[in-house]
Amino acid sequence: MIIKQLSIFLENKLGRLTELTKVLAENDINISAFSIAEGTDYGIIRCVVGRPELAYKVLRDLHFSVTITDVACLVVPNQPGGLHTALEILSKNNIAIDYMYAFASAHNAVVVIRSESTPKLIEVLQQHNFDMLCCEKIYQNH
Amino acid sequence: MFWNKEIECINRDELETLQSQRLQFMLHRMYNNVPFYRKKFDELGIKPEDITSVKQLSQLPFTYKTDLRDNYPFGLCAVPQQQIVRLHASSGTTGKPTVVAYTQHDLDVWSEVIARSFTMAGVGNADTVQVAYGYGLFTGGLGAHYGAEKVGASVIPISGGNTKKQLQLMQDFASTVIACTPSYAAFLGETIVSEGILNNIKLRVGVFGAEPWTEEMRQYIQNTINIKAYNIYGLSEIIGPGVSMECECQNGSHIYEDHFIPEIINPETGEVLPEGELGELVFTTITKEALPLLRYRTRDLCTLTYEQCACGRTLARMGRIVGRSDDMLIVRGVNMFPSQVETVLLELSETTPHYAIIVDRENNLDTLEIHVEISEQYWTDEMKELDAMKKKITHALSNILGLNPAVKLVEPNSMQRFEGKAQRVTDRRKL
Repeated sequence: MIIKQLSIFLENKLGRLTELTKVLAENDINISAFSIAEGTDYGIIRCVVGRPELAYKVLRDLHFSVTITDVACLVVPNQPGGLHTALEILSKNNIAIDYMYAFASAHNAVVVIRSESTPKLIEVLQQHNFDMLCCEKIYQNH
Repeated sequence: MFWNKEIECINRDELETLQSQRLQFMLHRMYNNVPFYRKKFDELGIKPEDITSVKQLSQLPFTYKTDLRDNYPFGLCAVPQQQIVRLHASSGTTGKPTVVAYTQHDLDVWSEVIARSFTMAGVGNADTVQVAYGYGLFTGGLGAHYGAEKVGASVIPISGGNTKKQLQLMQDFASTVIACTPSYAAFLGETIVSEGILNNIKLRVGVFGAEPWTEEMRQYIQNTINIKAYNIYGLSEIIGPGVSMECECQNGSHIYEDHFIPEIINPETGEVLPEGELGELVFTTITKEALPLLRYRTRDLCTLTYEQCACGRTLARMGRIVGRSDDMLIVRGVNMFPSQVETVLLELSETTPHYAIIVDRENNLDTLEIHVEISEQYWTDEMKELDAMKKKITHALSNILGLNPAVKLVEPNSMQRFEGKAQRVTDRRKL
């Protein structure tokens, strides 16, 4: 249930993001989720991709500063209170969230969550019958 | 106007005799009191009595800034501690500062040369001098202070910064003279104009130094606030400000050769260059008691002329400083070396020793930007940790540099690697 997220440190320079997406496109790597944490002179790109190991390797070879971080991809109903129920559980269980980003489709929303203890977070939410996206749903077949 | 016309307009033959006598006396003191110099002389097989004239100066060894550092703090002092009455310090090439010591006589000489300098700029006891150089370990503030008092001016020891207060006292106390760095003068000038208080100020003279500046900058300052701007030159190792000063002709700075003997050398070979050629300025102090220095390499590049000036002075004149023969930078009047940045970055495990220093000038104030590469293993995907890291690096750098740099974190491995001599400094200021 742990998903490998890529984190990439990018300088705030025109065209730098395009260089990143170009590498992913050329290597047939699909992006399922994507977020930018923006600082004054640099940003952190976090994304969930179809081939994390390959993406890590090609980006590293091209001297991108990339790391792999474990995250959980939680599925919540796309309706009022959907996210709240899950977060309330985490808070009651003293699980702190470092950052998260979400995307919604027709029926469901998916929230990418990074926590100090991702395995525990997954365990707690599953006990409460929450769905997690598993690797097969995201990763591309080789 | 002259403070000491006898010396400032001295016949050059008489000057040479005076210099030779003083040089001999100093060489004896160095040989007897400073083991560092005794060793150097012995190695070269020179005895102090062998040197009878300033013409033989080129036979003597150079002194370098590193010699001061290697003998930190008092190794080069020629007098016992009981005779030292003042200590100043400036930044050195690595963590340790360069220490300079003064006896009471040294301080008297210093006041004398600064009194000559203020008088040269037409400043006297009817003037109110606002000293906006930093007071403290830096020689600028106290140096200007004692010289201005000596000419009988009313001195405002306001020190640097606090522009609002500078302008208030300038108006309330009717300052007629301002002494500070040229870049701060330009900034003060602009503020005076933008605040619409030009009619309330009585400034007529500026005595500016501690950093290199251009003729364009002089015109700019002079035109902005309608004053006459003079260049004062000095370095703490020799005495502080007041090694040389411009007269009303504004055509080179007169060196007080009865105390400091200048030479221009080829920085690569050490060979003395003919009059008028550009090279590194070297000084020998011939009256300093506490810290006499023999052929001290200033690393400042300029020319020298011995032609008599239209003002009547016979003292040698040095042209503007056009550069350095080492990598020292002067930012907002503060000396800094790229190696200081490197030392800090190597001490912090989060960073690599790959960096870039960018110096620029915005609104006439120097800006300092340092690009720092984070080491691979420390780079995290959390913004708050990166920000904390940036804060830590900034803090460590400002501690050592005495300047507040804008630190920019760049991607690991993104900085250019150099195979030969590294080019880490970009100076965009037009000097």
